[in-house]
Amino acid sequence: MTDVLTPVLSANWADERAWKITNYERRGGYAGLRKALQQSPADVTALVKDSGLRGRGGAGFPTGMKWGFVPKDNPNPKYLIVNADESEPGTCKDMPLLLASPHTLVEGVIISAYAIGCRYAFIYVRGEVLHVIRRLQQAVREAYSAGYIGKNILGSGYDLEVVVHAGAGAYICGEETALLDSLEGRRGQPRLRPPFPAVAGLYACPTVVNNVETIASVPQIVDKGAAWYQTMGTEKSKGSTIYSLSGHVARPGQFDAPLGITLRELLELSGGVREGHQLKFWTPGGSSTPILTAEHLDIPLDYEGAAAAGSMLGTKALQIFDDTTSIVRTTLRFVEFYKHESCGKCTPCREGSWWLVQMLKKFEAGEAEEGSVDTMLDVCENIGGRSFCALADGAVACVTSAVKHFREEFEQGYHTPAWELFPYERSALFPPRTAPAEYPERDSNPGQGALEQTTGSEGGLA
Amino acid sequence: MSVDQNSAHGPVGHEFESHFPESGAVDYSDQSTNIGETTLEEMRQIAERYPQPRSALLPMLHLVQSVDGRISPAGIEACAEVLGITPAQVSGVATFYTMYKRRPAGRHHVGVCTTALCAVMGGDYLLEQAEQRLGIHEGETTPDGAVSLERIECNAACDFAPVMMVNWEFMDNMTPEKADALLDDLVAGREVHSTRGATITSWREAERVLAGFPDGRADEGPTAGPASLLGLDIARERGWKAPDVPPKTATDEAEEQK
Repeated sequence: MTDVLTPVLSANWADERAWKITNYERRGGYAGLRKALQQSPADVTALVKDSGLRGRGGAGFPTGMKWGFVPKDNPNPKYLIVNADESEPGTCKDMPLLLASPHTLVEGVIISAYAIGCRYAFIYVRGEVLHVIRRLQQAVREAYSAGYIGKNILGSGYDLEVVVHAGAGAYICGEETALLDSLEGRRGQPRLRPPFPAVAGLYACPTVVNNVETIASVPQIVDKGAAWYQTMGTEKSKGSTIYSLSGHVARPGQFDAPLGITLRELLELSGGVREGHQLKFWTPGGSSTPILTAEHLDIPLDYEGAAAAGSMLGTKALQIFDDTTSIVRTTLRFVEFYKHESCGKCTPCREGSWWLVQMLKKFEAGEAEEGSVDTMLDVCENIGGRSFCALADGAVACVTSAVKHFREEFEQGYHTPAWELFPYERSALFPPRTAPAEYPERDSNPGQGALEQTTGSEGGLA
Repeated sequence: MSVDQNSAHGPVGHEFESHFPESGAVDYSDQSTNIGETTLEEMRQIAERYPQPRSALLPMLHLVQSVDGRISPAGIEACAEVLGITPAQVSGVATFYTMYKRRPAGRHHVGVCTTALCAVMGGDYLLEQAEQRLGIHEGETTPDGAVSLERIECNAACDFAPVMMVNWEFMDNMTPEKADALLDDLVAGREVHSTRGATITSWREAERVLAGFPDGRADEGPTAGPASLLGLDIARERGWKAPDVPPKTATDEAEEQK
């Protein structure tokens, strides 16, 4: 039996200046790389396959198998890209990892690149996290100086270049084919598959795209062995992973635990739902994963357990909403996110997310037409599964799952505004503040004219 | 045409209305620029990092913002020239990503997260408060150019909700009082520190780091915030840890010999 929490990735986060290479090495860092370079790339891939490691970015695809799809006989260069575009609402595990211990990822990048025969790797990190980018850039520079990256790494004859690439604000670039277009210097729009990136990815060359947490798990697997990793987790979901608890809990935070822990256990550790309140609904892995309720407190949070409950493990981003929260308002805000982030390529997503927002605003205002819950579900049916990528599926999933569990609350939107049913100040951590009289006056014409302004600093930004 | 969101009737049509009102064009009426040979040389350096130069376009546009305070027409031309692509191709990319600003951003760029979780926990109130304090609406810059304000989407710090950002540095666990103090300090030009980052510099300096030119501040700030350490702290208190490496079996040893 393993312990309730098993700090693997987070073990060094409390260390003084854990982000420096010397401190990482003092903890045994880069031992995995040394071991990997003494094996053949195929053996490293087999080891990762044996460990049972699965993708931690949402889909849960077996990592070693993904690497195995890279064709050996393809004469083109091979690329490894780390997807550090963490933007799924609720997801907040990769950024603390990169801030505290960027070398865990860098070491993973080198080992993984070696395993797939890649000479050029990229870390695509969202642009809106300046300090994370600073630490990553420094870690890569330190690794070059230490001879872990560059020519003839540790005398092995293996060469690798690693580039830290900052994105520019687009959730869709977390979708692996949109990420590829973005990294090629284009608008981040998904590609039709096949061909899959393993065959024709970056610059139409074989490419592996993996999440930060996935690649960061590799060094310890190589150092301690597949059997060690297998001692944690459940039958088909092996290993330890980071669960992120946020929202209406006494103490939100990150929990490094074996796969299969339950929300009940995690809530106990975090002091439970906000005092005086009950759990109403939660997302198991970000806003794209269908919401669950208090009846799902005891499902094992592994890939199979979340799927059996009709949801997905996703990014293990557990957003907790208590009984003060309006499901209608929350769903609207989730869907507004997808509308804003839709890249516009596929019509069902671009138009559909727009219409869902219009409908949900009416539900929120208590002005929805009688019977329009079914209309909304019908709209959802015409969106889901009809686009190149899964963004629209995520938008639809949060609507359909919300209606499934809280249909009556949507039906109350035919006559009563959500803010009357669930006064919004009750869900907030603090009441709204009224503006003191001495504050400057605003232009009384909200938002208008910002884009038409042609000169000076008064114009709108975007 | 406009759509009345609060109409008592069903949804009205939206043809001819852009679904992406924020995707305004690059402002060609303002031709001012600071881009010269130094910037062009830095752009070439960025292009050299990649197997194919066009991959450098996103960081190059970050560099344009650090030099011109916005995506300027001259910046578009410079990127196109260095990469050997057309200005239309460059502006097509510049208008896709929300971090690229086609109007001058402030010395400090403030973001307030209003995606579902932060919104519910108080982010909506913080945005309204920031608008009132600064006397502008989201998407605008104060007349003196000190601060620009943006409603941002989830910034991957949900365990620190509600979250604000200044020049893309974390401002965790915000309250109305903290937000007031933060905005007052930014407007007055006083020194401000990120809760999990460095001393706040300026939006332009931040953009330069995103272009891949470090500012030497990576070692500032803590290793992790308190919420990031919660699970680790509990594990330590209770003596929980990852399992030890299992002892080697005979077959393992035989394999290693091989």
